[in-house]
Amino acid sequence: MLAYTLRRILAAIPVMGVVALFVFLLLRLTPGDPAAIIAGDTATPAQLEAIRTSLGLDKPIPVQFATWIGQLAQGDLGTSLISKTPVTTLIGQRLGPTLSLALITMVLSILIAVPMGVLAAWKHGTLIDSLVMALCVLGFSVPVFVIGYLLIQVFAIQLRWFPVQGFSSIVNGLGPFSQRATLPAFTLASIYVALIARMTRASLLDVLGEDYIRTARAKGVAERKVLFRHALRNCAVPILTVIGTGFALLISGVVVTESVFNIPGLGRLIVDAVLARDYPVIQGLILLTSGIYVLINLLVDLSYSLLDPRIRY
Amino acid sequence: MSDPVTRDPVTPVLAVTDLRVHLPASRIQVLDGISLDILPGETLCLVGESGSGKSVTSLATMGLLPKKALAIAGGSVRLEGEELVGASDARLRALRASRMAMIFQEPMTALNPVMPVGRQIEEVLKTHMHLSARERREKVLAMMEQVHLPNIERVYGSYPHQLSGGQRQRIMIAMALILDPKLLIADEPTTALDVTTQKQILKLIKEMQERMRTSVLFITHDMGVVADIADRVCVMHHGQMVETGAVADILRSPREDYTRRLLSAVPSLTPRPPRPDATREKVLTVSELAKTYAQRSLFGPKRETVAAEEVSFTLGRGRTLGIVGESGSGKSTVARCVMRLIDPTSGSIRLGTQEVSDLSPATLRPFRKRIQMIFQDPYRSLNPRINVGESIAEGPCNFGLPKAQALRRARELMTLVGLPEDAVERFPHQFSGGQRQRIAIARALAMEPDVLVADEAVSALDVSVQAQVLDLLADLQTRLGIAILFITHDLRVAAQICDDVVVMHKGRIVEHGTAEDVLARPRADYTRDLLAAAPGRHWDFANFRPLETAV
Repeated sequence: MLAYTLRRILAAIPVMGVVALFVFLLLRLTPGDPAAIIAGDTATPAQLEAIRTSLGLDKPIPVQFATWIGQLAQGDLGTSLISKTPVTTLIGQRLGPTLSLALITMVLSILIAVPMGVLAAWKHGTLIDSLVMALCVLGFSVPVFVIGYLLIQVFAIQLRWFPVQGFSSIVNGLGPFSQRATLPAFTLASIYVALIARMTRASLLDVLGEDYIRTARAKGVAERKVLFRHALRNCAVPILTVIGTGFALLISGVVVTESVFNIPGLGRLIVDAVLARDYPVIQGLILLTSGIYVLINLLVDLSYSLLDPRIRY
Repeated sequence: MSDPVTRDPVTPVLAVTDLRVHLPASRIQVLDGISLDILPGETLCLVGESGSGKSVTSLATMGLLPKKALAIAGGSVRLEGEELVGASDARLRALRASRMAMIFQEPMTALNPVMPVGRQIEEVLKTHMHLSARERREKVLAMMEQVHLPNIERVYGSYPHQLSGGQRQRIMIAMALILDPKLLIADEPTTALDVTTQKQILKLIKEMQERMRTSVLFITHDMGVVADIADRVCVMHHGQMVETGAVADILRSPREDYTRRLLSAVPSLTPRPPRPDATREKVLTVSELAKTYAQRSLFGPKRETVAAEEVSFTLGRGRTLGIVGESGSGKSTVARCVMRLIDPTSGSIRLGTQEVSDLSPATLRPFRKRIQMIFQDPYRSLNPRINVGESIAEGPCNFGLPKAQALRRARELMTLVGLPEDAVERFPHQFSGGQRQRIAIARALAMEPDVLVADEAVSALDVSVQAQVLDLLADLQTRLGIAILFITHDLRVAAQICDDVVVMHKGRIVEHGTAEDVLARPRADYTRDLLAAAPGRHWDFANFRPLETAV
C-alpha cells in the first residue's frame, strides 16, 4: 500500500511535467502578442522590444521553457502582466471562496443524491423511481446559469431568504458565509445531484441482484438493512469514482456560478485572465487545476482499497 | 444412506402440497403442483436437470422468490405445521435462519465481499436474538469451531476472498445452522467445489444434521451425491414431480421413464474398453513445459507462483488424452500454453514436428489453424450479436477461404454436429446449452484442426446433454481422425472419453497412463484420493445396481 502510494506520487511528476509543457506551448503558439497588448495601441517598436526583453519573450522558446520550469520548481508562477502582482498571490486570494464553494457543493450533492438514488433503486419501477429519474434529467439538462437566476428570483428577490449576490469568507463567521454560499452551492450542485443519484441507482440495482443480497434475505435481515448494510457498501467504488470525476468537472461549473453570484473566486480570475491574455495567470491556473485533478484521482484510487478489501495494491 | 426413518406418526418438518408458481405477467407455469414432505432428521434429495424447478421450489419455501418475476399461484407450504404461503413478510423474516435456513451453490458470490465473514455470521444473531456483543462473538466462534474451521480468530476477521472455497462453504453452513433451524435447504452446495472438498462438506452437513437432528432438503443434479447422502429422492422435470421414493428404490427400480433416462445418462467411473493405438503419428508433443507467474514489487522481493512445472505428454492422431485435476492443479494453464493463448515460461510444444513454443505471433499464425479450442461455457464463448454461420465462417475466412465457400462449409458442419442446416442463420441465444456446445464444436472443426483442446467442454451441461456431446466428440474423432486434449475435473467424464489420462496436482503431473490403468488401478496416492472422493462410486447408475467391487 505504502509502496503503491509512493509509486503513484512519483508517477504524478512526469504527468505534471507534460501538462507544464503543453500549457507553455499552447500559449506560445496561439496568435496574439502579449507585449503588444501590454504596450497598448500607441506603442513604438522600441517600446515593444523593451517589453519583450523584460518578459524574456525575445529568447528562443526552449530557453523560455527552461527559465519557466526553473521558476516553477521554486514555486514562482511569475507575475501578472496586467496587475503586476505575483500569480501565487492572485491565486491565494481567490482560492478560498472557490474551494469552500466546491467542498460545500460536493457535500450537499452527496447528501441529496445518494438517498435519492437509494430510494429510486429500492422503489424500482414505481412512480417514485420515475420521479427521481425525471429530476435527474432536469438537473443534467437545465443550464447552470438558468438554475442560478431562478434560485435568485425565488429565494433572494421574492422570499428574501438569502442575499442576491456576494460572498463572505468563512473566517468572518459561519452565519454570513452560509447565508451567501447556500444559493451558489445549490445551483452548482444540481448537475452533480443528477450524476451521483443516477450512478447510485444504477449500481444499487446491479448489486441488488447479487447472490449475497439473497443470502442476507435468507438470514431474515430486514429490507432496510439489506439495502444500507449490504447493498450500498458494495456500490461505494462506482459512486466514489463519479464523485471524483465530478469534483474535477466542478471547475467549469464554478466559472459560471461565480459570475452569476458575483463571487471573487478562481472562476472569475480565469475569465478575466483569458480576456486580458494575461499569460502567467492562465498558465498558473491551468497548472493548479491539473494538479487538483491529479491529486483527486490519486485520492480516489487510494480510497478504493479502503472501501473494497479485495482491492489491494 | 442412513437408517430408514420411521414414518407416519411424526408430523413432517416441511410439507409442500400442490405448490404452483407462475410468471405473473404471462401466467406461464414454472412449478406445476409440487408435493413433498420431509420428516425430522431426514435428507430429501431434489434431483433434476437445469430448468426443472428445483431451485424455484426451495426459494418459494423460503419466501425468497424474486418479486415481480415469480409468484406463488397456489398450494401450500407448511413448516412444522405453520402455513408459509400468504404469511406476512415480517413472519417469514422471523422464520428464516431461525427455523429454516439455506445454503447456496457458489459460496464466493453468496457472501458479502466487503464484510468480514465473522460479522456476516454474527448478523444472524443480531437479527434474531438479543445478546451482548461479547456473547455474540463467543457464539459465532463456537459455531465456527463446530464446522471445523482452522484459526477461527483469524478467519473471523477475514474477507470471503481470503478463504478457500471449502472454507467459504463452511462459513455458509455455520451461518445457516447457528440458530439450530429445523430445516436446512441446501441448493447445490457442493457443485462449485472440488471433489475432495465436496466430500468434506457433505460429511460436515451429515455430521451437523446428526448432531442437531436437522432435516435437509438437498438440491442437486449429481446422482453420485444422491446415492451417497439421500434418504429419499424426489425427481423433478419441467416443473413437475416425476417420481419420489426411498433412494434405494429410485436407484434400483425407477418406475418412470424419465428417471430411467436420467440415471442411464450418468457416465460410469469404469473406464471404457481401451482402443488399439493403431497410429504411431504424434500430433502434439509437450515436454518439460513450465509456466511461472512472477509478481514484481518495487520494494519487496519478487514473488513467483508456479502454475505448471515439468509437464510432458504426447498425443497421437485420433486419440484422446485427458488432463484431470482439481481447481488450481494447472490443467487449464497447460491447455492455454498449448494453445499459445499464454506464453510458457520454458519447455517445448511441438505440433507434429514443428516447435511452436517460441514462435512469434506472426510466425505462429499458420499453426493456429491446426489446434482449436472448445471452452466450458457455450453461453459466453459465442458472440451473441453474430449469427452462427458468421461465427463459424470467421476463422476460415481469416485464413483466406472465400466467404461464400466458408458459409457453405458452415452449413455442412451443422449437419456434421447434428443440427439442421438452417441453424446458421440463427443467433446463439436461440439455442439450448447443448446445441450451443455443438455449435462451438462446429466452429472449432471449421478450421480442420489436427488437435482439439476441450477445456471442461461438457461441465456446464446436464448429464443427458453431456452424454450426447461426448458421443458427438467420439463420433467425430472416428470419422475425422482428430486428436483431443480433454481437460476435465470430472473423473466420470474422463473415464468415458479418454484413451490416456494425465492426473495433475499443484502444477505437476502425479500420474500418467492409459485410462484403464489410472482410473481402475491408480498408483499415486493423490489419484486414489480423487477416486475415493468421487460421489456415488459404489453405484453403477446405468445398470441400476451397486458395483460389486468398489474402486
